[in-house]
Amino acid sequence: MPHDLILLGHGSGGALSHQLLDELVVPTLSGISQAGRDDAAVLDPVGGRLAFTTDCYVVDPPFFPGGSIGDLAVNGTVNDLAMMGARPLYLSTGLILEEGFSRDDLARILTAMRRAADAAGVAIVTGDTKVVPRGKADRIFITTSGVGVLDHGLTICGSGARPGDRVIINGTIGDHGIAVLAAREGLELSSDVTSDSAPLNDLVAELLKEGDAIHVLRDPTRGGVATTLKEIALQSKLGIAIREDQLPVSREVGAVCAILGLDPLYVANEGKLLAVVAPEAAERVLERVRNHPLGRESAVIGEVTDKNEGRVTMETVVGGMRAVEMLAGEQLPRIC
Amino acid sequence: MNYRDEYRDRELVQGLADRIGHLADRAGRTMTFMEVCGTHTMAIYQYGIRSLLPPGVRLISGPGCPVCVTPNEYIDRAVAYCRLPETIVATFGDMMRVPGSSSSLMAERAQGADVRIVYSSLDAVALAMKNPGKRVIFLGIGFETTAPTVAGSILAAEEKKVGNYFVLAAHKTIPIPMQLLSADPETAIDGYLCPAHVSAIIGGAAYRSLAEGHGVPCVITGFEPADIMRGVEMLVRQVVEGESLVENEYSRVVQWDGNRKAREVLERVFVPCNATWRGIGAIPGSGLAINERYACYDAERALPVTAEEPREHPGCRCGDILRGKITPFDCPLFAVACTPESPVGACMVSSEGTCAAAFKYGR
Repeated sequence: MPHDLILLGHGSGGALSHQLLDELVVPTLSGISQAGRDDAAVLDPVGGRLAFTTDCYVVDPPFFPGGSIGDLAVNGTVNDLAMMGARPLYLSTGLILEEGFSRDDLARILTAMRRAADAAGVAIVTGDTKVVPRGKADRIFITTSGVGVLDHGLTICGSGARPGDRVIINGTIGDHGIAVLAAREGLELSSDVTSDSAPLNDLVAELLKEGDAIHVLRDPTRGGVATTLKEIALQSKLGIAIREDQLPVSREVGAVCAILGLDPLYVANEGKLLAVVAPEAAERVLERVRNHPLGRESAVIGEVTDKNEGRVTMETVVGGMRAVEMLAGEQLPRIC
Repeated sequence: MNYRDEYRDRELVQGLADRIGHLADRAGRTMTFMEVCGTHTMAIYQYGIRSLLPPGVRLISGPGCPVCVTPNEYIDRAVAYCRLPETIVATFGDMMRVPGSSSSLMAERAQGADVRIVYSSLDAVALAMKNPGKRVIFLGIGFETTAPTVAGSILAAEEKKVGNYFVLAAHKTIPIPMQLLSADPETAIDGYLCPAHVSAIIGGAAYRSLAEGHGVPCVITGFEPADIMRGVEMLVRQVVEGESLVENEYSRVVQWDGNRKAREVLERVFVPCNATWRGIGAIPGSGLAINERYACYDAERALPVTAEEPREHPGCRCGDILRGKITPFDCPLFAVACTPESPVGACMVSSEGTCAAAFKYGR
């Protein structure tokens, strides 16, 4: 029997399942050699309101420049908790493996999950593994759920923007989407773009030192910055005006987007946040973000207005005005 | 200098806007210019160019989005190929969602068809070499910019003796429909922003009869915002001064006699043919068909299929939009029944489509 492949029996619940869990999954994810055999993790009480979230990860390909589905699965859920102002504590994970998936690749992904969890200061405390027949899944799907605690009384949500607020982003946009696209399509022209996948909870903790000046936090993942800003404008029933010349876009991402006919405003990010903050605190917030390793290229990209309710407008680099709408469907590379 | 940022310079563009404003005052009437190419359409929306132009200058979009002018019957035939066993259909990405009479490539893929997005026709030849037990059918659409690369893929397949690579060709050429549209009194086109990359192949000479014979000013224009503003300025100046010339704003790329090598490759493989333009109809001599010598790579001749009878959506006004007769906002389906998620007409699908641009940037 080949030892280097995942077989249907590894998800059967029987001896092979136990072997995979004991030898690989549990020690890698939790650092404990013996799997706990109980049906649920028991957590210590925490003092504060809880935030709870879940997400699914189906990225193709599972490995790409700057990361893998493993760190994405941890960072994505950590970031969703952080965007509510919560301090992430515990994660659960579900692994759905396609029969025939490489055991080495699984080990690499689990190691990436563990490293990301350690970096974010969260523990993966429970999980489940299933194997489906070949062709019924694309190599590996991961779900993670996360619990975090709110250590403060602030309410940070998408409807919290106020007229005059400034919109801050913590760095260049579109890196993750272009890195994955390049890996998926084998584009030689963009070999040096890497994913920005990163846990944002430490940066958020820094931001929360500004207290109630922080009104909205959102991570612009799928759909990109454009879609997230539009969501905030709709939820807050206000307008948002941004300036294209303030949007940080790396040269490489700008070039690939220009060639393929994509708009970086709609390309996914995995280590970026949009912060909507009170105008009087904007300079201080910007400085805090810029002093953080994940925010060196941060910028104020626009402001909230009481005009144009529910709309996002952009002053283009050449001074023209246009609307910014949500991503419709998927961005498709163009013919010419 | 990186040939991009200097053409997105705010002060340069504002200066051009001022000059266009002064010139347009001298014209004393509204001027209508058509940008033929879909990439121009997109750039005009993306940079908010219309908001920089005076009310006397009106830009309308033309038939230069290759996906948009591809007729239903072509999609239907591609769908029929998708349903053949042991067949891979390879296509540029923006063809995926274009609706045919009753299906699309995206819908076929969701039901199990093997449809692959490629970035170049040579990728499709490589796909054929990697899958010798299957047929690979490449959807060859596009204008004079794309056609030489597809011709090149057929030559590459011949050289490498690849017997399982086929092209479903629906290439089109731009100058003839431009002449037809300029003769339409309803649209009353005062000048053309001529396509940038197509012109790099066909050269400025291709527009001479349009400018000198039909009296329509033509300016070959690049895709950056300063290019477009300068192209508009040159058109306004020609109108004000009563001239009709072919001018080249995009001289950093386009030469007067174009790219002879690319045209030679194109002419080795393709011959002119009649072509159907979605929404416009048949235009004699405006298409490119694979010639006899390379007939074995022509999917239509080598692998005949029966497709369904083509049907157009009764309310779809893509044809009027492609001819510049109406704007997307005049179409009753726009943003109501026809959206990028569920497009009725092709103009809503392609990233270069007028309706897609208007939906994304213009509302």
